[in-house]
Amino acid sequence: MKQIFVIALKEVQDGMRNRWVILIALSMAAFALILALLGSVPTGMTKISSLAVTVVSLASLGIFFIPLISLLLTYDSIVGEAERGTLILLLSYPIARWQVIAGKFCGALVLLFLAVALGYGSAGIAIGLTAETAFTEQAWSSLAKLLLSSVLFGAVFLSLGFLISATLRERGTAAAAAIGIWLVFVLLYDMGLLGLLASDAGKTIGTETLIGLLLANPADAYRMLNLVGNDETAILSGMAGLSLERQISAVAPIAVMVAWIALPLASACAIFQRRQV
Amino acid sequence: MTGEACIVIKRAAKSYGDIRALEGIDLEITPGECIALIGHNGAGKTTLIKLILGLVRPTSGTVSVMGQFPGTSGFVSRRRDIGFLPEQAIFQGSLTGLETLTFYARLKSAPTQSLDQLFEKVDLVKAAGRKVSTYSKGMRQRLSLAQALIGKPRILVLDEPTTGLDPDSRARVYAIIEESKAEGVAVLLSSHALTELEARADRVAILHHGRLRACSSIPELRKRAGLVPQLHIRAGRDQMSALARHFAERIVPGRFVNGVAVLDCPAQDKLIMLKEVLNLGLAIDDISLAEPDLEQIFSAYIDRTPAQ
Repeated sequence: MKQIFVIALKEVQDGMRNRWVILIALSMAAFALILALLGSVPTGMTKISSLAVTVVSLASLGIFFIPLISLLLTYDSIVGEAERGTLILLLSYPIARWQVIAGKFCGALVLLFLAVALGYGSAGIAIGLTAETAFTEQAWSSLAKLLLSSVLFGAVFLSLGFLISATLRERGTAAAAAIGIWLVFVLLYDMGLLGLLASDAGKTIGTETLIGLLLANPADAYRMLNLVGNDETAILSGMAGLSLERQISAVAPIAVMVAWIALPLASACAIFQRRQV
Repeated sequence: MTGEACIVIKRAAKSYGDIRALEGIDLEITPGECIALIGHNGAGKTTLIKLILGLVRPTSGTVSVMGQFPGTSGFVSRRRDIGFLPEQAIFQGSLTGLETLTFYARLKSAPTQSLDQLFEKVDLVKAAGRKVSTYSKGMRQRLSLAQALIGKPRILVLDEPTTGLDPDSRARVYAIIEESKAEGVAVLLSSHALTELEARADRVAILHHGRLRACSSIPELRKRAGLVPQLHIRAGRDQMSALARHFAERIVPGRFVNGVAVLDCPAQDKLIMLKEVLNLGLAIDDISLAEPDLEQIFSAYIDRTPAQ
């Protein structure tokens, strides 16, 4: 347990030292503010608190942004150390290989949390202060949910990043694989699903199956969790159709994401254990 | 200080696919002993080191370090007693020397207060608070050595500890090794700087194409290689011809050049030879006796056994 903590601490220290956290937080806050300011203009619905609008914008931003920064954070965690030659030294220390991954995962999770909390939090507070709705009446619970689900969502890609890094032997291929994974989960999966639905024209694929297929992708699970789970945000995001027909509880998307964290991470540990150093 | 061997390797072999990196390695290292591992690049030195550290498992044969097989999960905690200096001293440039060693000390559960002494030992006290990226190559190498010494290890595995160091720092490294040996630490070091090892290694293991060609003390290696010391005599031209006439059969062919005569001088006949030369009553300008150095011994062992 102590070894995991030592590695995690080092990761956090590194992330702070090379200004990763602050850079990511700043760019997230900047994006979020731009989206929020633009986003609240055309809605024209004065009833809805402006933070709820922002949450929709932030979640849409998060779907693209969070997997990218998470993969960037971990894709070279093992392969990079192996290439630089620091891995062999680390493994000569009294630490098991799974502890290396566990420690790095915990550290990366803390960094991700800090970046997301700073980025989204600052944007949320800025909007809360400037909006007409009273500060305390804002949809803070939606923002909190967004924050936590974003970290959970990011953890999926941290975990996938470790899997890439433990499996591949070169940094270059690992970077390519990271981009590939990002494309598949964020863009291609939904496009494929859309194509499938269009060609099927509602003959065999019912709502049940559709929701199942959507849930299988962590990116869609994240989307559902944030956009469907709340009436205000559901209407705003155009996801109301799905939620009206079938109320999805938060349990399923969370379970999907947890599975997407646990499986790749466990595989990464198993593969790393057998890796020739 | 000697005792039971703390590293025992028996008929160990390691293959990477079709490539046989190591074959039939037998090696024992006892506490307080310093073994030097020499061989060309790719001879298997690093693989042997990885075998001892438990980073790779032998394809066949056995490896035992402090009574345990270094590939098992139970060995993980025993690594506390091993200090390792990797071939390339790479550390994260963004951390200071002290932060770097603190991290490694925590991993070894070693007290971080003792790090000051280590910085003193490797002469990096002033640089401890500076970022590693500002360190010179020699400083990084010394930081790496300090890293290996964290937590008073019982076994030191040093992969080319003196590469990139100036003569002063080299002497310091060997002083540290000597000190550790006196404390009963078993030291395994690999090196290309053969001449340095002469007086410093108790035994020298010669590795060639994955096989251990020899492993003995240097005098023993010298004797078994059949290499004899040579007598170099410099004198005037006429004096030399008198010398050549007397030692006609014993002068090394082709080694009678530049006004220096080279005579083979078997170790047990040193005094007899010298007396014989002096008795000739020649006007000799200079005379010296050269023992074959480790470089020559190394070549002798490698040439004799053809590559596979």
